[in-house]
Amino acid sequence: MNVRELVEKFRLTIAAGEAGLDHEINGGHCGDLLSEVMGNAPIGCAWLTIQGHQNIVAVALLREMAAIILTGGNKPDVMTRERADQEKIPILLTDALTYDLAGRLFAAGIVGEKTRGG
Amino acid sequence: MKIFRVDTHIHTCLSPCGDWGMGPRDIIERSRENGLDIIAICDHNTAENAGAVMRAGVAAGITVFPGMEICSKEEVHVVALFDTLETAQKMEAIVYAHLPGENQPAVWGEQIVADEANCVVGENQRLLIGATSLDLYAIVEQIHSLDGLAIASHVDRPAFSIIGNLGFIPPDLPFDALEVSCRVPLSTALDTVPGIRGYPLVTASDAHFIEDIGRAWFDARMAAPTIAELRQALRGTDGRGIVLH
Repeated sequence: MNVRELVEKFRLTIAAGEAGLDHEINGGHCGDLLSEVMGNAPIGCAWLTIQGHQNIVAVALLREMAAIILTGGNKPDVMTRERADQEKIPILLTDALTYDLAGRLFAAGIVGEKTRGG
Repeated sequence: MKIFRVDTHIHTCLSPCGDWGMGPRDIIERSRENGLDIIAICDHNTAENAGAVMRAGVAAGITVFPGMEICSKEEVHVVALFDTLETAQKMEAIVYAHLPGENQPAVWGEQIVADEANCVVGENQRLLIGATSLDLYAIVEQIHSLDGLAIASHVDRPAFSIIGNLGFIPPDLPFDALEVSCRVPLSTALDTVPGIRGYPLVTASDAHFIEDIGRAWFDARMAAPTIAELRQALRGTDGRGIVLH
């Protein structure tokens, strides 16, 4: 599934990084402590977080993420949006809480590193 | 120039996680026993006990900077230090306006406002343990607009720290210093804590219990015990500096 399909299927709002909508999604990750995400997020994943700080874009680049999804109605800071546009990292918004959205993504076949690895 | 022994991060009984034994008079007494010349009172999101400790410090000859440990919306802790109680209270008003919730003492702990004789004056009802809705940039900018110092708390810790929560320190976030906890000797911090190069470093006790006072401090070479002098010491300008042991 690519990011554009993800947006349509889960009715996400695009907040930034529209140029990256063709990124193919390779796994999923949830986390709000960026130090943990930097260490554990699968390369190419969709990342669910509540942090809107601009450092999320750098973390996404580091892990070559397909997209960042801000859950629970959280919004990116202005600088975050600008950086995401520059770096072509889609930032998607939803009112759903992380747990619920992660469950739906998992059911749709977007699974975490450990599951994928068997 | 004189060497001042400084602890920039001490809680009182007003912090929900601060012990009852952290009354203003006892904090000063313990600081004196440990040879501290300057301490800063930094309760979570409040400065309501700072004045009492400042008054208690006068007789002991200890300078007390009124401060706060502010929790940003990213749940990163920032120590804010000021020269005067009035300035600290201006910052406190901004913090209060962005701090939702009410404390539940049974869950989070009691929040005791005390006077300089350690007598209970009242209880703070706010959810001081909570996060403000202010982002880090807004907090640091506000501190600086009030001529205060902004120090990132316990950067070597996994929780409530800028590196733990945000992965790394945004290069355009103008902290005046980074604080390493008592777990890391200041003299070796640069080699053992990743991601802190390029910033002035301090260490502090982050005392929540009276016996914590004295477990970490730093020496600063300054002309007087003021925020302006400490700012110069952090920058290492005009003969001021942090003395490493």
